[in-house]
Amino acid sequence: MKIGVFICHCGSNIAATVDVLKVVESAKSMPEVVYAVNSMYTCSEPGQQAIEEAIKERGLTGVVVASCTPRMHEPTFRRTVERAGLNRYMFEMANIREHVSWVGKDKAANTAKAVDLVRMAVEKLRLDKVLIPKFIPATRKVLVIGGGVAGIQAALDCAEGGMDVVMVESEPSIGGKMSKLDKTFPTVDCSSCVLGPRMVDVAQNERIELHAYSEIASISGYVGNFDVTIRKKATYVDWDKCTGCGLCTEKCPSKKSYDRFNEGMGETTAINIPFPQAIPKKATITAASCRLLSGGKCGVCAKICTSQAVDYTQKDREITVKVGAVVAATGYDLMDWTVYGEYGAGRYPDVITSLQYERLLSASGPTGGHIRRPSDGREPKEVVFIQCVGSRDPSVGRPYCSGFCCMYTAKQAILTKDHIPDSRSYVFYMDIRSPGKGYDEFTRRAQEEYKAQYIRGRVSTVYPKGDKLVVKGVDTLVGEQVELEADLVVLAVGGEASQNAPKLAEKLRISYDGYGFFMEGHPKLKPVETNTAGVYLAGSCQGLKDIPSSVAQGSAAAAKVLGLLSKDKLESDPQTAGVDVKRCVGCRKCINVCPFGAIREVDMRGQIKAEVIEAVCQGCGLCTATCPQGAVQLSHFTDNQVLAEVEALCQS
Amino acid sequence: MEPIQLGNGDAEFIRKVEVESRQDMKKCYQCGNCAAGCPMSFTYDYTASQLIRLIQLGQRQRVLSSRAVWMCATCETCSTRCPNEIDVARVLDVCRHMARREGYAGERNVRLFADAFLQSVRMNGRAHELGLMAVFKLRTLKFFADLSLAPAMLLKGKLPFLPHRIKARNEVADIFRRFKEGRAEDAAGGKP
Repeated sequence: MKIGVFICHCGSNIAATVDVLKVVESAKSMPEVVYAVNSMYTCSEPGQQAIEEAIKERGLTGVVVASCTPRMHEPTFRRTVERAGLNRYMFEMANIREHVSWVGKDKAANTAKAVDLVRMAVEKLRLDKVLIPKFIPATRKVLVIGGGVAGIQAALDCAEGGMDVVMVESEPSIGGKMSKLDKTFPTVDCSSCVLGPRMVDVAQNERIELHAYSEIASISGYVGNFDVTIRKKATYVDWDKCTGCGLCTEKCPSKKSYDRFNEGMGETTAINIPFPQAIPKKATITAASCRLLSGGKCGVCAKICTSQAVDYTQKDREITVKVGAVVAATGYDLMDWTVYGEYGAGRYPDVITSLQYERLLSASGPTGGHIRRPSDGREPKEVVFIQCVGSRDPSVGRPYCSGFCCMYTAKQAILTKDHIPDSRSYVFYMDIRSPGKGYDEFTRRAQEEYKAQYIRGRVSTVYPKGDKLVVKGVDTLVGEQVELEADLVVLAVGGEASQNAPKLAEKLRISYDGYGFFMEGHPKLKPVETNTAGVYLAGSCQGLKDIPSSVAQGSAAAAKVLGLLSKDKLESDPQTAGVDVKRCVGCRKCINVCPFGAIREVDMRGQIKAEVIEAVCQGCGLCTATCPQGAVQLSHFTDNQVLAEVEALCQS
Repeated sequence: MEPIQLGNGDAEFIRKVEVESRQDMKKCYQCGNCAAGCPMSFTYDYTASQLIRLIQLGQRQRVLSSRAVWMCATCETCSTRCPNEIDVARVLDVCRHMARREGYAGERNVRLFADAFLQSVRMNGRAHELGLMAVFKLRTLKFFADLSLAPAMLLKGKLPFLPHRIKARNEVADIFRRFKEGRAEDAAGGKP
């Protein structure tokens, strides 16, 4: 073998704390190394060209690049060696940046460690074998989980690109949080006027198959070939027959059901259609508040229904679909604001959340768009907004900024003035975060044009006094405590990851952070990808964001799906496990340990043997580490290769 | 007032406050929660959040000569409400100690009351209200202040003439002794 070694300076990233030339000199004496050289930026065009030329001119048969993490540039350099005619797996990378120069300051020690890492890479390369990728067929269909604005955008864009879409939404209607909003910032345009037509598009698009009031029961398979089981929750109404006329909701005698869509600001009937623009516009029975389903006598809705759609015997049922890619767009929840006892949240009816306030502002809300206090239905004149309730608060485990509260609070202050011209709004804030296009101008408008009084400081307590709420706090710019008698207090409650996000992440085999937000593949370069091939992210499930950003991610995820499934066949990674049947004793340990179900049991002349399904294998190596016989070997990471690396390290 | 010279912040002061209070001053992002809930704020020259800010800027003189550090009642509302879990009351306590050690005048009456209180505890193992008031009034010469409260307190049995001494007075006295010997840590039982 003729090995070439390229040591990268990475500008000063590596060269500042590693003696690159010394590493080059050491590399020259390593076994089978015929060429070693340093390079300012190996990943740059001249850097890659130098590798290609060296391969051609010196007849190299293997290449080692010592630079950054392989997660960054391994694909880059594999393409480089491939362009010069080598098999892309005859390449190894030594990470002397993240593992050396960025973590240590001692130049001599760093240089020694860099030499060790290069030697290990060389020893591994010597045992590398040519690997040829296989091609697997892919299903040209995408699963979109979540029917909020991000999911809707992803679904419509995929359908526009000619892809079949299966959309799963856990609520009875799509629309997500945006459908609950009255207006949107910074244009103050009607939320349902913007979103409504898109929701209708989803319903009418022939390529989109919508499953509302459904959940993901399980997902198996791999990129291009996912098998998805969808659990359709019982609605007790046959949606094929239901016309959405709403007659049942008028006649239902159980009128005290918690109104989820209106965030508890009103009450609804046991059988209901969440809101006028609901998609699908079908009735659902809430079993807990239905008189008949909770054991009593009733049956009014079944009698009144002109299309005999009501079916009290309906059960949850499961369906399966095959898709080639998945877009997770599961959105967010509001954090539990009742932990803030000092604001009286949950105790005083006139202390409400920002989302509840949206329902009071909305024409389709419980008050028909007239702002009325929940306690006595009176129109409030003095409205206090408290920002950062559950955002930027490490003491409740929410140290992050929710990102959208400053803006929606400014919008709500503006709308309050629009609805009640003789009202006054007070906004207690820590910082105003308004970095979007037209955003800061908007918060200024709230103050200058709509006379919202912004108070830089926090509220310490809210307590009732007669029919008013006394709000005590501080204006830190004046350095004095302030006090106000308010009619209504609106808490700008921050967001958090959906409660079920971690469970779904485990089903999708994607990572999530400490707060339950799904992890993107790379914070800058792979914002909508995950580390699981074929699974993409859109919207607030990846981290809280406002509507424009959610829509942008929805489109981005769709572009990724369309790109992935633009071919009928996908190239599979040949770095998979394989079983040496002569050594396999059929202990089944590998089968139990495989997280992907990629190993099956086969009968070979009466003996049990393990067999790897190559297309399913993700090359994680768990089976290799588990096999007591060393019968399972992961190509490109064989036991012998790992031992060669260890030996190189121990002998140095 | 002279402008604060940002370049001349007293780093040693910041470090001392941080070490003695075991709190990280950098964690404060100036939300104002401490100042918002402080029940003694009406007596302060600087609000609690302003004091923390002044410590962040290393303004030893402004902090240690402030009225606020002496008016703090250590009710700990600030510490309870701080989103960054800074024990603000403890920081102010440390500042009070520093102010005394370094000879800043402070609020004379508060200081005298604290001394009279501690003297009473050292002698009796707990406060003897009447004796405490007597000492305080002798030192401040404010004989008639709050006198109107006395009858009601007498009726409720809150002002016994003789001190109600606890059993293990020597153990309490021991705490004072150890503190005097400079082992404040031991006096507090090893815990901050």
